[in-house]
Amino acid sequence: MSTTATVESLPNSSAEPQVNYLNARYGVKSWLLTLDHKRIGLLYLCTITFMFVVGGIAATMMRLNLLEPQGALVEPETYNKLFSTHGIVMVFFFLVPSIPATLGNFLIPLMIGARDVAFPRLNLLSWYIFVTGCLVMLYVVCTGGVDTGWTFYPPYSSAYAHTDVFLAAMAIFIAGFSSILTGMNFVVTIHKMRAPGMTWFRLPLFIWSLYATSVIFVLGTPVIAITLLLLGVERLLHAGIFDPALGGDPLLFQHMFWFYSHPAVYIMILPSMGVISELITAFSRKRIFGYSFVAFSSLAIAVISFLVWGHHMFVSGQGVYAGLVFSVLSFLVAIPSAVKVFNWTATLYKGSISYEAPMLYALGFIGLFTIGGLTGLFLASLSTDVHLNGTYFVVAHFHYVMVGGAVMAFMGGIHFWWPKITGRLYPDLWARFAALVIFVGFNLTFFPQFVLGYLGMPRRYAMYPAEFQALNVLSSAGASVLAVGYVIPLVYLIWSLKYGQVVGPNPFGAKGLEWTTQSPPLTENYVKTPIVTEEAYAYENAPEPEVARV
Amino acid sequence: MMGLTHFALNSTAALWLQFPMQPPAASSIAGSVDRLYYFLTGVTAFFTVLIFSIIFYFMIKYRRRPGKPYEPETHTSLFLELSWTIIPSLICVVIFVWSSALFVRNNRPPANSREIFVIGKQWMWHVQHPEGPREIDALHVPVGENIKLTMTSQDVIHGFYIPAFRVKSDVLPGRYTSIWFKADRIGVYHLFCSQYCGTNHSEMIGWVYVMSPTDYAAWLAEGEQSESLAQQGARLFTQLGCDSCHGAAASGTGPSLAGIYGKPEKLADGTTRVVDDSFLRQAILTPSALHVTGYPQIMPTFTGQVDEQQVLQLIAYVKSLDAPERTNGQ
Amino acid sequence: MSDAALAHGDNPTGFAHQFEDLEQQHDAGRMGMWIFLATEILFFGGMFTAYTVYRSLHPQAFLLGSHILEVKFGAINTAVLICSSFTMAMAIRSAQTGKRKGAIIGWLIPTMLLGATFLFLKFRFEWYHDYIEHTMPGFGFHYKPEWGAHAPQVQMFMCFYFFMTGLHALHMIVGIGILLVLTCMAARGRFTSQYYAPLEISGLYWHFVDIVWIFLFPLLYLIRY
Repeated sequence: MSTTATVESLPNSSAEPQVNYLNARYGVKSWLLTLDHKRIGLLYLCTITFMFVVGGIAATMMRLNLLEPQGALVEPETYNKLFSTHGIVMVFFFLVPSIPATLGNFLIPLMIGARDVAFPRLNLLSWYIFVTGCLVMLYVVCTGGVDTGWTFYPPYSSAYAHTDVFLAAMAIFIAGFSSILTGMNFVVTIHKMRAPGMTWFRLPLFIWSLYATSVIFVLGTPVIAITLLLLGVERLLHAGIFDPALGGDPLLFQHMFWFYSHPAVYIMILPSMGVISELITAFSRKRIFGYSFVAFSSLAIAVISFLVWGHHMFVSGQGVYAGLVFSVLSFLVAIPSAVKVFNWTATLYKGSISYEAPMLYALGFIGLFTIGGLTGLFLASLSTDVHLNGTYFVVAHFHYVMVGGAVMAFMGGIHFWWPKITGRLYPDLWARFAALVIFVGFNLTFFPQFVLGYLGMPRRYAMYPAEFQALNVLSSAGASVLAVGYVIPLVYLIWSLKYGQVVGPNPFGAKGLEWTTQSPPLTENYVKTPIVTEEAYAYENAPEPEVARV
Repeated sequence: MMGLTHFALNSTAALWLQFPMQPPAASSIAGSVDRLYYFLTGVTAFFTVLIFSIIFYFMIKYRRRPGKPYEPETHTSLFLELSWTIIPSLICVVIFVWSSALFVRNNRPPANSREIFVIGKQWMWHVQHPEGPREIDALHVPVGENIKLTMTSQDVIHGFYIPAFRVKSDVLPGRYTSIWFKADRIGVYHLFCSQYCGTNHSEMIGWVYVMSPTDYAAWLAEGEQSESLAQQGARLFTQLGCDSCHGAAASGTGPSLAGIYGKPEKLADGTTRVVDDSFLRQAILTPSALHVTGYPQIMPTFTGQVDEQQVLQLIAYVKSLDAPERTNGQ
Repeated sequence: MSDAALAHGDNPTGFAHQFEDLEQQHDAGRMGMWIFLATEILFFGGMFTAYTVYRSLHPQAFLLGSHILEVKFGAINTAVLICSSFTMAMAIRSAQTGKRKGAIIGWLIPTMLLGATFLFLKFRFEWYHDYIEHTMPGFGFHYKPEWGAHAPQVQMFMCFYFFMTGLHALHMIVGIGILLVLTCMAARGRFTSQYYAPLEISGLYWHFVDIVWIFLFPLLYLIRY
């Protein structure tokens, strides 16, 4: 056994409600002023779920509009605001904080055997900053929206757009500080707060991936902050920083924007990869295959991700040689991702695989991420990118990575740790059903978009030539299936808070320190600081699952 | 608005049921880009099927059975790790070399290209043929001839995209970008704006008409503008008073422009630049930043006095001046 | 490991419950600040990059622009900030060597005053002067005839000048706020030779802000020939 905490932290009987972080204190104030990383994680979960709904509504309206070539629902002006809102909200207010700020906040101290993160006050502050950013963004959405796309390219954004670009940029600027604080907190926590015996190579891979993510948070976010600030200054003063007529350079914005925003893609996908490593091992009851390769590939991705921004600009006039360099570096960043996929697959070999809902999400992730990653090769390769850049192929590619990848992993992780977070199990059948609906709906929505892109349909079009209609209708139909797939978990997870089956500390018989303490955990996480004596994923010593299912 | 008529023309019930899988290929490079595309599709399909089948096989073979003891199994293998690092790397090298060679080749316009100018503005494409004809949201080109498009934008960033030719380039304000193609199939093809440019971005579309050389000649001939681009430029050259310093009979305050196009020019900061479209554009709009050795830096800027269209006319005029005139002038 | 560590909130020694011991807490705080400074370097780095790109695009205009600035004030302010770094270091030193709280406060107050002097000089004699002279972008910026065709880029230079010095001044104001808090803590006798981490960590920040100025001063004022 890895720790001695298991037995002591168990309550004497299940009938008596045990003291835990949820019922230790009551009242709105106890939540809004909490310094407990678990409660802050839940505050984040509620906030980003709300923002996901906002972004999702925008997406639904876009897909409805695209049912007809002339636009079925809204004017082009409104459509432009819809896709801008969808992009800004989903990227900056859902995907970037999704896994790090919710599962990361909840799990990092638990997984490394700490009582809390290193700076609990900063942690709470980061949530307040994030909420402020959300409120500013929602204000923008409610008072007319923004129509620049999430990329804010000048000179359109700086001089031509008539919408509230300044406030939208400031919303992202503000939310960026919450990312920086979270990243700082995680790096220090992982360095300084590990329990005795928890060496670097005994860390769960989830921690490694969040460490790599935090590095990007800390080093990338300030660059987007300064870029958006420059845009704001230009918007207010019209000093010509991005206006070529006055000697400015609009491409400088693109370089600085993508210097953050490409690594930001890895902010979204690295934590998901961490989640998948946990799920695959837990439900095949095996050690991860090639621990150190999976761990170091996370760091490799984080480092190389800072050197590939120019592949967003192959047709923007940045020059042939720059294109060649960025192309080769982009191929390079694909390799560590491939290594991970192969290692996960190899982990299944001779395992004892069960098809719990989280595992279905994890397997779905591997499949969709494989497609998403491989289609990235089309865009890293220069001459195919010339044709595909700015088309629906790009839209399909990054949705396979960010929705098929990041959101699938987020859903899988939420299900897997739901019993730890709430002490109750989600309804199993519904959960498996929803996982399948999401997988099918997702592919129906986004696979046709690959074809649309190859046919040449540009993205951000409110109207399109009639020959693209059949594929667009298919995609919209898929989107409705996908939407249903997201609503089901929202309903049954809320239902399960009250009616879900009560479970003990380790319903799945998984390894990892977080499963050795009670569910839901105490405010201090552990009665006694655990001492770690074995490597991660030592499933040869794993307890039997409490809920036995095939 | 022109686009809407085309929608109406094409929006028939038959199209509804069409699932096109491939765009028309109508340029000399389209075939080579498609071959790479299909190779990449093959690679993607192979690895996707590989991963999916392994997962399905393992899921069934190693499904959890009650009472099955834990099988101690190897959980690392340097051989496997190296092979699935090196093999994908090699495939990537192949794709990179193939794609980059193609890209470099496709990027260099052949010397004998026919040049056409494109100006993007919210939300239309303005095409200017050197012979004089102008068109909006349409581009007429002869089949089988190398065409080079020199493009700029009057306002925001646009993207000039002809899917059937597999060519695309952003069109930026303040500088020239170019693409070239050789259309090899007569027909009518889509022209799209591929870089989001504001409210009517999706209506900044048009058609590319690829015509037989004789049809094209006829089309040019019936163009309403009898004056060529260079002739228009010549008129502007006098109107703006450029000739008082740069004209053939000028005092020599400014450099004579005859035969200057394509020649290297020494700048005061020690560098040498070849006089090309971008050079001339800069010389007209921001002369203060271009100090040519041997001449006083007194030329006023023409920013605000000439639009992108007129800059193109002036450039066309300067290009049309050939070297012999220089000897006369001096 | 101790059970006392489970106690919630801070106790009078400044020890926070999530740590095992004071040393771990101190280490964590210091590391947190270094990481924050890494963020700051990228933040200012992005700005320096943009500035450098435009400087190389418009060397003459930026030269004209830097002549608007007065080296005199830049130099005095540089000296002021270097002195403030010294007094800050002395404040930490006095805590480290277990001096009375009077000594710590005696070094913190001059640090704050020097910081305030910097801001006063900057705002009163530089920014206000620019405002009067119509060289403040966004507040009636006038193109001067001697700039000729470079005027728009001179405005861009001034835009960068205000952007960069403005963000730096903001960091100074935050720094002075932190120093105020530290002074209150010192007055309540919170710092001992064992516990002076807040001083040390704030000192790192203060020195960093000074260093940013050491880069800003030559970049904006001194490259002028």
